Amino acid sequence: MEKFIYMDYAATTPMHPEVAEAMMPYFTENFGNPSSLYTLGRNARGAIEEARDRIAAFIGADSREIVFTGGGTESDNFAIKGVAYANENKGNHIITTPIEHHAVLEPIHFLEKRGFAVTYLPVDEHGMVDPADVEKAITNKTILVSIMHANNEVGTIEPISEIGKITRERGIYFHTDAVQTFGHIPVDVNELGVDLLSASAHKLYGPKGVGMLYIRRGTRMVPFMQGGSQENNRRAGTHNVAGIIGLAKAVEIAEREMASEENRLSELRDYLIRGVFEKIPNVRLNGHPKKRLPNNVSFCLIGAEGEAILLSLDMEGISCSSGSACTSGTLDPSHVLLAMGIPAEIAHSSLRLTLGAQTKKEDIDYVLNVLPPIVERLRAMSPLDEAWKKNR
Amino acid sequence: MYSEKVMEHFRNPRNVGEIENPDGIGEVGNPTCGDMMRITIKVKDNKIEDIKFKTLGCGAAIATSSMVTEIAMGMPLEEAEKISRKDIADALDGLPPQKMHCSVLAADGLREAIADYRKKAVLAATTEGKKCKPRSKCKTKSKAKA
Repeated sequence: MEKFIYMDYAATTPMHPEVAEAMMPYFTENFGNPSSLYTLGRNARGAIEEARDRIAAFIGADSREIVFTGGGTESDNFAIKGVAYANENKGNHIITTPIEHHAVLEPIHFLEKRGFAVTYLPVDEHGMVDPADVEKAITNKTILVSIMHANNEVGTIEPISEIGKITRERGIYFHTDAVQTFGHIPVDVNELGVDLLSASAHKLYGPKGVGMLYIRRGTRMVPFMQGGSQENNRRAGTHNVAGIIGLAKAVEIAEREMASEENRLSELRDYLIRGVFEKIPNVRLNGHPKKRLPNNVSFCLIGAEGEAILLSLDMEGISCSSGSACTSGTLDPSHVLLAMGIPAEIAHSSLRLTLGAQTKKEDIDYVLNVLPPIVERLRAMSPLDEAWKKNR
Repeated sequence: MYSEKVMEHFRNPRNVGEIENPDGIGEVGNPTCGDMMRITIKVKDNKIEDIKFKTLGCGAAIATSSMVTEIAMGMPLEEAEKISRKDIADALDGLPPQKMHCSVLAADGLREAIADYRKKAVLAATTEGKKCKPRSKCKTKSKAKA
């Protein structure tokens, strides 16, 4: 295949060559266990502590507040179960939203089955949470609020700082899943007013299988992994040294390039959105038109099915994703789109294109050339073809 | 996750479209579930003389629709209505487990088109004045075209 255009950066990113280079020595000559006392171990320990300092500074935290984990999913599980089980004596109520990533929703469902009470806040048609609803939902039993920084499917950026003010005032722990924002838009734990923040390395050109959880000092948590005394007894298990070094390197690159990338990608994003609206009739933009991730474009191409569009784009060398039932692994379309009030028959037509470091304007032009005939072909093949033409 | 055969039928689906003045129409699925299919058939001498489909759905839904029309083309009705979901999936060198319902849709769509043809044939025979009441007792295997 001559053409290869990757537009699924929200799923994962290619590792930056500088990251790979920084990691290499920690697989080979610097292979020591950071818990060992001799020089080789101490060197590895020194490297991960340097990495911790850099990551802490990047989000306005203290180094002791950073715990390395096996990725975003582990960080979310740790934050939610860790707070829930350590604060059961205070209450059993958790507040979240129906548009969270499964890495948040599933541990919360797990707790719900074991006696915790959960409030799922409504979201508007853009997937936006209203801070006033958070305030209203708080009871004297509430121990945790977990709301994502930005949604992975539709790109909407939630009003985290406003919610953080409320949770601080009420003395309730606040967790945010920042997997989609960390390294892409400014993330500062004090500005956001969060007590816990999850991040993953592979979404910002780092390696897979490593992430971190920010835990504000004084937060009562039970440990997630039990075993050795690594990470101050909070997360047992030999450190993924190379992974942690890779995460820190990715953060270093983000520090350098984030601001200009944010501008460049926002422009490409808006160019793509405009182009699709100009060239394809009967399209709906998913997510907030302004308060959205700089690299996220999500549409419903009404009258065509998401997976069929995705496969057709793949034949043209374009990799992207969809929230249709056929790609969710269930019979239902994306829980995010349904929670936003989008009818199922429209949600099945969703397509997400997420841009990144390698995306150029020519790539967008290519997509704008191949996508319209694909949608037209699928719509023409549909038994509802006549119906939607009439409604146009 | 899809076989080459599925992708080939998705890329070049056979018999797409709608027959004008069809002898039978089968409509199955609904847009809320994400899959919808309409099969139209032309019947001659108790055989499927022509068959076309229109489908809204995923890759598997389109490939199974295409495959069922390819299998059924020219087949006697009694044989065509016995085409099972497994026959369709097998002809496509298999489907991923979560996609098996797509092959159900295709088989059901064809069966419904044949049932529609039979119903129309009976109704046509009735309106032509043949004594055919009550309908449940009517054994007429009419060859009349609707």
